Amino acid sequence: MTAYARRAWIVLWKDLLAERRSKENVNALLFFSILLLLLFEFALGPDRERLRAAMPGLLWLGFILAGLLGLGRSFMIERANDCWEGLRLAPGDKSAIYLGKLAGNIVLMTAVELVLIALFGFFYEVDLGPVAGPLAVVLVLGTIGLAAVGTLFAAMTAQVRARELLFPVLLLPVQVPLLLATVSLTQAVLSGQPLFESRHWLQLLAVADLVYVVIGLLTFEFILDA
Amino acid sequence: MITARHLGKSYGPTAVLEDISFELAAGESLAVLGPNGAGKTTLLRILATLCRPSAGQLMVGGVDALKQPDLARATIGVVAHASYVYEDLSALENLRFWTVLAGGDASPARLRGALAQVELDAVAHDRVRTFSAGMKRRLGLARVVLGRARLLLLDEPFTGLDQRGRKWLHEFLLAFKSAGGAVVVTTHSFPTGVGIADRVAILGGGRLLVDRSCADLGWEDIRRLYDSLTEGYGVTG
Repeated sequence: MTAYARRAWIVLWKDLLAERRSKENVNALLFFSILLLLLFEFALGPDRERLRAAMPGLLWLGFILAGLLGLGRSFMIERANDCWEGLRLAPGDKSAIYLGKLAGNIVLMTAVELVLIALFGFFYEVDLGPVAGPLAVVLVLGTIGLAAVGTLFAAMTAQVRARELLFPVLLLPVQVPLLLATVSLTQAVLSGQPLFESRHWLQLLAVADLVYVVIGLLTFEFILDA
Repeated sequence: MITARHLGKSYGPTAVLEDISFELAAGESLAVLGPNGAGKTTLLRILATLCRPSAGQLMVGGVDALKQPDLARATIGVVAHASYVYEDLSALENLRFWTVLAGGDASPARLRGALAQVELDAVAHDRVRTFSAGMKRRLGLARVVLGRARLLLLDEPFTGLDQRGRKWLHEFLLAFKSAGGAVVVTTHSFPTGVGIADRVAILGGGRLLVDRSCADLGWEDIRRLYDSLTEGYGVTG
């Protein structure tokens, strides 16, 4: 393993280990997801057809709202005991820290999304088994984009007093292209269309992921040092 | 090791540091004294490249620390007020994290050795959440022991340490100096904090009031000098 990969890996290892022990984010996010599910059901009524039609949008709205909570807290661990300063002082390419943080956030978001999808499928009576493969592709691409930009903005706002307000204000507008693509692709997948028929959305999603990750890698050092 | 020329730091119209110039050679140590608000921590943060000065030049280990802070950081070890530890990780896991991140050798034997040095080997697998402030301070020192620093910057390092911890730190810093390392310590502790110093610098009102060799001065001389120079510069700590 290269020194760069070891540094990214140790950040991921540290974040997952701390999360596994404290369970601060996972517990809150799972509870929040269940609440969202109930709220959507109350808002749209008991009509299953209506709920199923709205499911792609609700699903990604749920992911983004959960992301606002989970990603926004991802740098809180660095604030305690001034670990942020320790990260700044660590020699070497700081983008490895971003990569480790991003990977940790992807793991956390994926875990929450899987639970949310299972709950949606169960409560809205949608059999997701036959579309699990294409849905997983959309899920992975959508989560990378959400986590890439979320990790960057979480770092940017971590040291700001009004971070709870600033984080969603920064994150949500940038999520629009991702939301358009992921909702359209999820809709196509759930209606049984092959994924390649919506390849323009898939391409948009892949390009947005690439752009967001590259921007994160290139700018993280300046954000950490700001 | 350090060449500071006319360093200054202002926050808006308020000058925190003004015209600070000094040099520190390898194998030499400097104790920075001053009342609260004199600018000691700000000076240390500038030397650590954590804070950019508003004016002046700074060379650390032959590197322009303002232009190439990342290069300078490779030679710097910092023990600040906060200990840079993760509460939900054990002492050993914390050391592993920081050592790998710094590109060092994180073999269990080496990490264990560092913990033994600071007398934390018995609690190596305990979560840091259960540690006292003094134990966290020791863990921070173990992180520095594992690093490859040639310049140590320590902000009130003796605070929170018991007698054994102070003695260990004193001996560690003397050994570090003997091996060619340079040390800057900010402190209020007479004579513990000043005990390892070759030179004493006294800050007052953001200015370097005196920079003298300890060879010419006894503890009482330093105390008298400190009292006379810092009178009128706020509350002494």
